[in-house]
Amino acid sequence: MATLQLKNITKQFGDTKVIKGIDLDVNDREFVVFVGPSGCGKSTLMRMIAGLESASDGDILINGQRMNEVGPADRGLAMVFQSYALYPHMTVEGNMGFSMRLAGVPKEERRAKVLEAAKILQLEPLLDRKPKALSGGQRQRVAIGRAIVRNPSIFLFDEPLSNLDAALRVQMRIELARLHEELDATMIYVTHDQIEAMTMADKIVVLHDGVVEQVGSPMALYHHPRNRFVAGFIGSPKMNFFSVEQHSISSDGVTVRLPGGRPCTIPVAGEQLARDEALELGIRPEHLQLDENGPLSGQIKVLERLGGQTSLYVQMGELLITIMADGDVAYRVNDTVQFGFAAERAHLFDAQGVALESLSQHPLASLTRQDNRAATEPAAPGGQV
Amino acid sequence: MNRTRASGRTVGGLRTLSLQAPAVTLLLLWMIVPLGMTIWFSFQRYNLLMPDMTGFAGLENYEYLLTDPALWSAMGTTLLLVGWVLVITVVGGTLLAVLFQQDFAGRGIARVLAISPFFVMPTVSALVWKNMMMHPSNGVLAWLAQSLGLPALDWFSSLPLTSIIIIVSWQWLPFALLILLTAMQSLDEDQVEAARMDGAGPLAIFFFITLPHLKRAISVVIMIEMIFLLTIFAEIFVTTSGGPGLATTNLAYLIYIQALLDFDVGMASAGGVIAIILANIVAIFLVRMVAKNLED
Repeated sequence: MATLQLKNITKQFGDTKVIKGIDLDVNDREFVVFVGPSGCGKSTLMRMIAGLESASDGDILINGQRMNEVGPADRGLAMVFQSYALYPHMTVEGNMGFSMRLAGVPKEERRAKVLEAAKILQLEPLLDRKPKALSGGQRQRVAIGRAIVRNPSIFLFDEPLSNLDAALRVQMRIELARLHEELDATMIYVTHDQIEAMTMADKIVVLHDGVVEQVGSPMALYHHPRNRFVAGFIGSPKMNFFSVEQHSISSDGVTVRLPGGRPCTIPVAGEQLARDEALELGIRPEHLQLDENGPLSGQIKVLERLGGQTSLYVQMGELLITIMADGDVAYRVNDTVQFGFAAERAHLFDAQGVALESLSQHPLASLTRQDNRAATEPAAPGGQV
Repeated sequence: MNRTRASGRTVGGLRTLSLQAPAVTLLLLWMIVPLGMTIWFSFQRYNLLMPDMTGFAGLENYEYLLTDPALWSAMGTTLLLVGWVLVITVVGGTLLAVLFQQDFAGRGIARVLAISPFFVMPTVSALVWKNMMMHPSNGVLAWLAQSLGLPALDWFSSLPLTSIIIIVSWQWLPFALLILLTAMQSLDEDQVEAARMDGAGPLAIFFFITLPHLKRAISVVIMIEMIFLLTIFAEIFVTTSGGPGLATTNLAYLIYIQALLDFDVGMASAGGVIAIILANIVAIFLVRMVAKNLED
């Protein structure tokens, strides 16, 4: 049982407020990912949870107990650092057993625990090596092993994969997801890489400028971003935005005039919209379709063929619109293309950048990782969740 | 380990030898000529007071020297001086480096002040210590002792070697501090924080993280200081002139006495050769220790 609650946490360095009041609940065994651009305060927030940084104001509760004044070692947490922070003069075993050595655990017991963790991480053959003689992925695993050995109630990961190459990163991502299953632990993970966030998280916390922009499951964030920032941050390539004129508002949604002049009804709630309020339409590149009768048109400026998919960068007036199209499209640079989209895929943002609420929920928006697993492994033996 | 040794040597060989030759020759001559002359003189009868006594002396110079109790006393003094100064500067330097790494108001100025004794030339610092610090009637230490109601101490006559050790340590502590402070700054802050998460207090961090990190820098400090400390001369010359008796005569000072007070060049050269041998014995141990440290 391990839960974490943050209540109106703030952090100030001198006169600069880095964290501007954050409330957050992390449930038992949840995999929570803090994501945001650099400088958004996600690492600071994690360091405050770890106890390496003190909170200027607010409460940090672990398992319901206030931990603000408790030292980092006594919070029952373990942290994996971006730089791994292995002790270079100690062997792998020494690194992993350091916390127990400090706690005065007898040598035999120490070794048994280290071996146990090493087994989970396939580190057994490396126990006598120094960190210098390990590859990046192995060092990463030792750093994780050092955390596992402490048997923490909550694991903290501070951008743990950012120093690895792309192939290894994919592999470690899968390994971390497996570890989460195996250890059944609560994990908090900081990253700027949204792919890591999307693939591993039960719950994503999008941070921007020291405030939480949105908290939700990956699919909820993708399909129902609460504002323009989240919409642009989640999803790759980035969502396209362009301003549209209001036409009419009905119970079916908001009808807007697209840049080409054609009207389009987006199924969102617009009752509280002011007349003539400037609106912005957001549509993801993968939801734009090449269509000869489509309402939008533009000239292709750049073509990126990835094999399975092609990214088209299309000049539409002042804007450069990204379209993810099929890998086999025969267009060339400077061709003019017509394209369109399904109205329920589009997002509408008001003048403050807040998304208008969708009239219908996307069927996957409430999906959790647990549901995912049940769907892909219907014959899982025992079925313990 | 072999990799690094091999990679530097294999390429080139004869082709690059001609290009290295001028530098190698110059350095070789620079070393070999004085060394050769010293060895040559050490086998000669060569006393400036007795110009007619010349010729090959055989091992006579060495015989006199090795049976002279002054030599053994000088060797002991040299080792004591080097040993104690090393202990004081390394231990003190490490502690000060940790202290000056902490954030406090005026840290920059404090660092400069702490390092400044190194810029004072040895003769001057010895004079300052002799006349202003340790002087039995005018010295600060005497004043301190008297204001506590204790008798003033005549440092150079009652604790001669200790006084020299204090002066030399004062000069070399900043050097150790400088090197170790630089090394401290390369300590990965994440490592310290990881140790804190692992439950390490300040003492545990010092012994398990900081000290192992400084190991390499400490061995460099020891090596460099050793080279200079073996030849300490000015401080002794200015303060005690090797006395009282032979209490502060180290090898360098003994050679000086023989060559320039007794005018016996042959004996002095023999003393020089012995000093070279002593330095080499020390250097062999030292280089091996440092090399081992630098390897891992």
